[in-house]
Amino acid sequence: MIERFDQIFILLKHWLVGYLPESWQTVAGVVLCVVAIVAVYPALFALTTVLERKGVGRIQNRLGPNRVGPYGILQPMADAIKSLTKEDIVPTTADGVVHFLAPIAQVVTVFMGFAVLPMGRNMVLVDMDAALLFYFAMGASAELSVFMAGWSSRNKYSLLGAMRAVAQMISYEIVLLLSSVSVVMITGSLSLVKIVESQNQYSHGLPHWYIFTPWGFAGFLLYAIAATAETNRSPFDLPEGESELVAGYHTEYSGFKFALFFLGEYVAMLSISGLGSTLFLGGWSAPFSFLTWVPSWIWFFGKLFVSICVFIWLRGTLPRLRQDQLMNFAWKFVLPMCLLNLFVAALWRFMGEGWLRWVVCSAILALAYVGLGWEGMKRKQIGRRSYRYAD
Amino acid sequence: MLGEGILKGLAETAKNFAGSYVSKERLTTVEYPEEREPLPEASRNFPFLVYDGADWEKGLRCVACQICEKECPPKCIYIEKSKDKKPDHVGKLQIYPARFDIDISVCMSCQICVEVCPFEAIKMNTEFELATDDRFGGLLLDRKELARSNEYYHQIHPTEAAEVDARLAEEKAKVEAKAKAAAEAAAAKAAAAPAQAPTAAPAAKPAEGEPKP
Repeated sequence: MIERFDQIFILLKHWLVGYLPESWQTVAGVVLCVVAIVAVYPALFALTTVLERKGVGRIQNRLGPNRVGPYGILQPMADAIKSLTKEDIVPTTADGVVHFLAPIAQVVTVFMGFAVLPMGRNMVLVDMDAALLFYFAMGASAELSVFMAGWSSRNKYSLLGAMRAVAQMISYEIVLLLSSVSVVMITGSLSLVKIVESQNQYSHGLPHWYIFTPWGFAGFLLYAIAATAETNRSPFDLPEGESELVAGYHTEYSGFKFALFFLGEYVAMLSISGLGSTLFLGGWSAPFSFLTWVPSWIWFFGKLFVSICVFIWLRGTLPRLRQDQLMNFAWKFVLPMCLLNLFVAALWRFMGEGWLRWVVCSAILALAYVGLGWEGMKRKQIGRRSYRYAD
Repeated sequence: MLGEGILKGLAETAKNFAGSYVSKERLTTVEYPEEREPLPEASRNFPFLVYDGADWEKGLRCVACQICEKECPPKCIYIEKSKDKKPDHVGKLQIYPARFDIDISVCMSCQICVEVCPFEAIKMNTEFELATDDRFGGLLLDRKELARSNEYYHQIHPTEAAEVDARLAEEKAKVEAKAKAAAEAAAAKAAAAPAQAPTAAPAAKPAEGEPKP
């Protein structure tokens, strides 16, 4: 019975597909999965927007939206109707085709990432051997769509936003990749299904999640920083810093195209949280061995929910960085830490079982953190400016 | 150490998040159309015209002296004097405004009209929900829309209204005392010369009311 409940979506798919002739079944199964993904994540996006507005509101001691439906739950419906009925404006000097394609490219690439994400036991659309590589390839194309949007709008703010976005996303893409590589080094596989399976073991009732190792903990923090920057979330929301750039790369978008950008951004956040929990938090595996009877997909979406809450919490807390701070942080702190983390992961792999590797690995990472942090936070002592006039 | 400030900030926001559910002091939002904070007594928005008694048209204190119209900095008041006269609150015959319009889209709520009015006829209202879909007509208030009873004035600005009432009563008493003194003087005069009065009155009457055949 519990087994059935765990596999309910798979069984549902088989049951539905069973009505079709044999030769159609594979295609129909895939289409069904795609439809499910494309239906579920926008629904989660709608919920996330409400959650974010309510959450940030409460952080600022406000109520947040509470007029549409009970407790403002139906606010996304009102927003959807509004954005669908708005006029779609394309600037006369804009590059029409690219301007049109940019939001589509964004949404499509974001949704492609879900193809390889295991959302529960056996619940993965494509069990690819190079799933992680595929995911990052798709994630990197999001940068293209952002730049397409900024460039085609022929607007200074859009272009500035897009340039900031590209600089930021490329810098943090490296961090994102390198922090994930440590997981690949330990697991020995790029397949996300295998990565989850290797974490789905328990000793003393506790899971073997990678976050519970020194390199995994460091890797997770680095991944979280990079993921926040990749999805252009606060405090790394420079590409759309509304106080500086109107709305950044989507300044010239209105109506449904803007809604698509908005959707793409939030779904990317969901997707990158999904990947993060797959890599470091054991994907769909339960946090304690006595809880393994709870369906796997509940754990996956629960972890997704927690990550979203953390994203919102961060947004309500941190002010936006400056561009030079952003770049310095990426190249002078996060990237060296990532490279060091690769070394520590290798050390962990080859030091064998025992307490020694815990001490050594933790010590290296902690020392590097303190050292790099101290170095990075050091202020240059600049004395009073002195003027010397020509005689 | 690096990250310390972030953790402190996160703790602070978490405190605010949780606190907004528990403490009423933190969550100060007033959900406006349903909940309303009482307006402070000194609040003001646009002027209104005060009338005494039940009938607004009869009781208007305004005598169309046009001081407010002349003093109004943005010139949002428009007054037309009446041709006939009617008694004011002390019983003196006065002209009254046949038209008294205030364009509240122009009014800047400076209260100068109230300061200059010698008849305590114009006061500041506290009504603020004046939104309308008619941009010109809806924002041009005529004297009927501007008229509010003295009781209403007492409701919105009790202290100020009490002062005004006291002042008016004093004035009225002064005028009455004067009238009484004048009447007494007239009576005394009449008593002093009783022979002339009866002869004068009958002589005047036929001259006035004589019908032409």
